[in-house]
Amino acid sequence: MKLNLLAVFATLYLLVLYAPIVLLPLFAFNDGTVIAFPLQGFTTQWFAALLNTPALHQATGNSLIIAVSTAILATILGLFAARAATRYSFPGKAGIVGFIMLPLVLPEVIVAISLLIVLMQLGLDSGTWSIIAGHTLICTPFAIAILQGSFANMDRSLEEAAVDLGETPWSTFRLITLPLVSPGIIASLLICFTISLDEFIIAFFLSGNEPTLPVYLWGQLRFPARLPVVMALGTILVVLSVLLLVVAETFRRRGLKRAGLKDTGGFL
Amino acid sequence: MGPGHCGRGTVWVNASFHKMMRSEAGKGLTLVSPTLIYALLLLAAPLAMIVLLSFWTQNFLTIERVATLSNYREALGDPLYRALMLRSLRISGTVTLVTVLLAFPVAYFISFHVRPDRKSLWLFLITIPFWTSYLIRVFLWRVILAYDGPVNGTLLGLGIIDEPLSWILYNANAVVITLAHAFAPFAILPIFVSLEKIDRSLLEAARDLGESRAMSFLRVTLPLAMPGVLAAVLIVFIPTVGDYVTPRLVGGSGGTMIANMIYAQIFDLNDRPMGATLAVMAMLIVAMVLLWGITRARLWLWLLDRAGGGPAGAALALAAAVVEILVIRLVFFQGPAWIGAGPSVIALLLAATLGSALILWRVPKGRWGI
Repeated sequence: MKLNLLAVFATLYLLVLYAPIVLLPLFAFNDGTVIAFPLQGFTTQWFAALLNTPALHQATGNSLIIAVSTAILATILGLFAARAATRYSFPGKAGIVGFIMLPLVLPEVIVAISLLIVLMQLGLDSGTWSIIAGHTLICTPFAIAILQGSFANMDRSLEEAAVDLGETPWSTFRLITLPLVSPGIIASLLICFTISLDEFIIAFFLSGNEPTLPVYLWGQLRFPARLPVVMALGTILVVLSVLLLVVAETFRRRGLKRAGLKDTGGFL
Repeated sequence: MGPGHCGRGTVWVNASFHKMMRSEAGKGLTLVSPTLIYALLLLAAPLAMIVLLSFWTQNFLTIERVATLSNYREALGDPLYRALMLRSLRISGTVTLVTVLLAFPVAYFISFHVRPDRKSLWLFLITIPFWTSYLIRVFLWRVILAYDGPVNGTLLGLGIIDEPLSWILYNANAVVITLAHAFAPFAILPIFVSLEKIDRSLLEAARDLGESRAMSFLRVTLPLAMPGVLAAVLIVFIPTVGDYVTPRLVGGSGGTMIANMIYAQIFDLNDRPMGATLAVMAMLIVAMVLLWGITRARLWLWLLDRAGGGPAGAALALAAAVVEILVIRLVFFQGPAWIGAGPSVIALLLAATLGSALILWRVPKGRWGI
């Protein structure tokens, strides 16, 4: 009886967790300008409207540039830190790694305003590059968390064997280590891309007159007539995020299988 | 200092530098340095900058670069800021409580009742919504909780209520509901991890020694899961205090939080030093409140165990909690009339923090792992 109650509760919990996302496509395909029940019939006109909105295309372009740059930078920084944290012991390790992971728990508003104030005080214009810098800061901890798993699961004796057989440290890293952690690298790239694509606060504070997709969306929320289009855009974003996530998860599991380990959980 | 000395010094530094570079520690530090330098430049330096700025003042268009405490005096003394900070803490506290209480049974279910090969699927399903656009999810809650939204529609249709509920949107309740939903995965994952670590033979031993199912949960599972619960509390409480989007979209005027005020100071009122001051104060107050919560949890659990863990212990712990909270409330609300707003807040924070230090020093970390 106890087990049943728990199962029912967990299932209900999952349903509530998904409730908002399930509503999204309902309104995106709804033939009515008011976001409310009852639904009015099926239409794809809101998706068509997305195609002839130049400001949206501009924002999408900005977001893609930022997300790709962030994914690459954060993954590279993550590789350094994750390798150092799993392979070596050094003085102050817990403190250093803890400090690098800090953006994971720090409110994003704090990160955003401290970066903004530095830019303002230095007299620099904020823009795409400053959003990339901010996103890289908050994505690096996620990259480290994923890559640490990959490095920790790797069999160290493979590297030692390569060194014994005459490979240099660099060629060992390139030929042995990198291929073994590549599923983790791909997972990290995809996760950082997704986080950056969806991130709002830092982009909102730093975007100036070059809005990203979420900043554009925020601006549209003020106009009731634009809401169905926002729903259509949201549907596309959610589908894209879920697809990227499924691919990332597949790569992560493949990496675990390659390392010959049992799966013990998801990200984080 | 002669040139010879300088040269020898350089050679010595070079040699020891190379020696350090070849060592385990040196390699590790070198490898972590790019990431560390990045974090120092983009996190530590900007944070230091806002602390510095918080001591300056805005004088029309220019910033007065003379260190003064006037921003802090204003932030502590103005009833508006006090109310806003208090409300942010109250909303985040409620969100944390709701999130952790609801997450625990789910994490417990996944860890103890789901087949091992299905666990990662459950976790994946729970984390998916978290990765979708935050903005969109918050906005959808505005749709769900609206006057003519699905919640009111269903309740009306079922005949549970006669007219739409108006207390669920554009106030603090809506902020709590939305944030509790948004941070659910953050609470489940750490609790799940700590539950997974529990050695199942301990539970069997408890049952073999005659404990009931409920008692073995209370005396074995719960204490061992406490570190995960604590991590969940931290990971939900800290970011929610500084949330900007949710109060703006669903909070109305009664659900505004500190982040909205920070934004308004910087962009609308063009008073960057005041914005910086509020940000620094928010961080300090969150840190002190967390320290208070953790140390008092340790103290109460210690009192509970000292008195035998039964109803007497629970009563003792509860009494200690109620007395301290009543004193804090009294000083916070009556203090401004007695000794002024700023001094009373500072006295309160100092006393609470001294108490925390005393507890950390004197009260041992018990079997609850806090």
